[in-house]
Amino acid sequence: MPKIVAFRIDGKPCQAAAGSQLIAAATENGVYIPTLCNYPGIPPKGSCRICTVRINGRLATACTSRVMAEMEVQAITPELEEFRASVVEILFAEGNHLCPSCEKSGSCERQALGYRYHMTPPHFAYAFPERGVEAWHPKILKDHNRCILCKRCIRGIRDEHGKTFFAFRRRADRLVINIDPETSRDVSDELVRQATEMCPVGAILRKEKGFDVPIGKRRFDRRPIGSDITT
Amino acid sequence: MGRTIPAIIDAYHRDPSRLMDILIDIQWDRGCLSDWTIDQIAKILDIPRVDVEQTVSFYHFFSKEPRGKYTVYLNDSVVAGFAGREAVKRAFEEAAGCSFGSVSPDRLIGLFDTACIGMSDQEPAALINEQVFPSLTPEKARRLVQGMRAGLDVEQLKGTDYGDGQNANPLVRSLVRNSIMRKGEVIFSPYAPGRSLHKIASMTPQQVIAVVTASTHRGRGGAGFPTGLKWELARKSPGDVKYIFCNADEGEPGTFKDRVILTELPMLVFEGMAVAGYAVGARKGILYLRNEYRYLRAYLEHTLEEMRRLGFLGPLVAGKAGFEFDVKIQFGAGSYVCGEESALIESAEGKRGEPRDRPPFPVAKGYLQKPTVVNNVETLCAVVKIVLNGGPWYTAMGTKESKGTKVISVSGDCRKPGVYEIAWGFTVNDLLSEVEADDVQAVQVGGPSGSCIGPKEFDRVLAYEDLATGGSIIIIGKGRDLVRDVVLNFARFFREESCGSCVPCRALTAMSQVVLERIAAGKADRSELQAFAGWAGIMQKNRCGLGQTALNPIVTTLKNFPQVYDALVPEGNGPLKRGFDLAAAVADYDAATR
Repeated sequence: MPKIVAFRIDGKPCQAAAGSQLIAAATENGVYIPTLCNYPGIPPKGSCRICTVRINGRLATACTSRVMAEMEVQAITPELEEFRASVVEILFAEGNHLCPSCEKSGSCERQALGYRYHMTPPHFAYAFPERGVEAWHPKILKDHNRCILCKRCIRGIRDEHGKTFFAFRRRADRLVINIDPETSRDVSDELVRQATEMCPVGAILRKEKGFDVPIGKRRFDRRPIGSDITT
Repeated sequence: MGRTIPAIIDAYHRDPSRLMDILIDIQWDRGCLSDWTIDQIAKILDIPRVDVEQTVSFYHFFSKEPRGKYTVYLNDSVVAGFAGREAVKRAFEEAAGCSFGSVSPDRLIGLFDTACIGMSDQEPAALINEQVFPSLTPEKARRLVQGMRAGLDVEQLKGTDYGDGQNANPLVRSLVRNSIMRKGEVIFSPYAPGRSLHKIASMTPQQVIAVVTASTHRGRGGAGFPTGLKWELARKSPGDVKYIFCNADEGEPGTFKDRVILTELPMLVFEGMAVAGYAVGARKGILYLRNEYRYLRAYLEHTLEEMRRLGFLGPLVAGKAGFEFDVKIQFGAGSYVCGEESALIESAEGKRGEPRDRPPFPVAKGYLQKPTVVNNVETLCAVVKIVLNGGPWYTAMGTKESKGTKVISVSGDCRKPGVYEIAWGFTVNDLLSEVEADDVQAVQVGGPSGSCIGPKEFDRVLAYEDLATGGSIIIIGKGRDLVRDVVLNFARFFREESCGSCVPCRALTAMSQVVLERIAAGKADRSELQAFAGWAGIMQKNRCGLGQTALNPIVTTLKNFPQVYDALVPEGNGPLKRGFDLAAAVADYDAATR
């Protein structure tokens, strides 16, 4: 049995198994630390940086940090909240996010964080990148305009042999997600469902399917993201 | 084109973690890594095609299309620009009949830009098919293209005007010059190979670590982590298999001292790795060498052979039972971020050079998840001398918190660029007079990830506690345009070299370049200048040093040279956007309604 230890987030006494993932432990203790790249059950990568906290004063991402006894975590501070709002804005300006026409609108975590942080027109100049939509795959529609490169699909989707379907291509601001034509050829409907669900934005969509849940009844239509966690 | 693709892959035992070696061999053998080739590699290694492609597409020297029988990579660094790169570039373009970023119509010559190739004291310089062509002029560029058209091989193009020291070694035969301008008490002091190995053979590993710890020696790559502590941590990490990496990726623009050390003192470097191996309990060492220094390969391989023959490497180092250590060379393929130790490890495992989240640190889980020490070239060299002469000898040199010497690479606007080994504690002024620089506008200390300082701060001291530096010192004369010639170049560099994983780094390196271009063009507003301070705070939260420091060129010049920006972005334009060009904004409409 892992040892349960006490620690504090923003002064609130918390308990969790020593060595467990900090962001999950925060959730269990009723503290919502926003994130876009972390996803329960898949290895963390710390790439969106939104869950950045201070642990005993030092900056660290909550998704890649482990719970230690007596640690003092600062999670919801003006500095960090301002940073999170900036990253959400940056993601918006960096890609081409046209929410009204997006299938994921209302279930999109990036959009939901935009609302959570009361995002107005971004302070960052729109990059208006030229990105394509990849529609060659029989089941998957990949819209690079909306992709925030969180790597959830890379880390989370594997076939029965453990092989990936997705990988990065290139680097820097030319980075894109690449779909493997071979391994993904016979991808099951279930895996495609998982991939679309895992994708925090509308970058991976199931072909010939959409709007199963009507606008107005979607995940974040009525309750802001994180409101199910915060106690 | 020699071996087949399966033969090349078989040579690496079909091991996917050797993907870098496989790709490098095929790229250099065949001139490109085509889609067909990538398919073949994926099939034989039994890994997804996209996993091969992610590595191929990450590194600058890999390409899907052929890059010409002769591939010219002309350095695009700040110092190359100072030295007349533009004229050389134009000469290449006119002679070859193609522009940079493309291959000539007859497919003979490819012209490409590349980030600093470690020749800042002999710019403009280019790599042509693995060989370095330093101190280029437009005339030389034209002659080189003539030679290519005449079918000369790269050896013939190069000629025999070899550089000093071991650059003229039959296994190197390079035009590169060392320019060792000042030899200090540690790295360039007299050296007899193997003595430290015989000495430590009668010591315990703990005793070796104790000597290094007592010397307070710190890592010379820039971060300054205590070497003894790093070794101690790796020694204590559980595991039978451990690794010593020598970080010879030396990608910080303006630094070239590791190239000179590897050229003149390769045995000292490998001996330092063996000492580290003994201390940590590692039997395997890997020299991660940047591809730009591939011309040293045969020489370094030969040096390793010599050391095995002399008993300095191999199953029985210094004749001591249980002291087993050997070294192999792992090449990079063009990526600055791979100088970051965890990205370097990822790269050595055949992946894209994306820094890892820490903890775990490499000393606990590094290469192939085994405890790994990554030390800089100079760090390892110093260790050999520390072991021989003792901690007190070392701590007698330097300042309070920075002991020993530092090898620095000096380039830019001075009369005596080159490599200087100085004791820590030199002021910038001391250095400027030694390298004969006058009319200095600014000094870039520590490369673009360091800071750009002005004359008011030239009395500051080179030391970890004041101006820390991995060794790059670029001198910027009064005639230079600080924003256009320096800061903008650095911004382009960081944008290109970001791995792209962390959102702030990927996006803000790109956005800051765009804003800087507007500043340089006189089309920015004050609010855009003021935004940079906030951006720097955002960048602090990136995962690795590249992301955390990528805005330093802008931030430090804004702080130290505000007048330069004030001239480009004057106060008072009211609510009007300077960058807004009405005619351009309505050009489509004008055209459509004409």
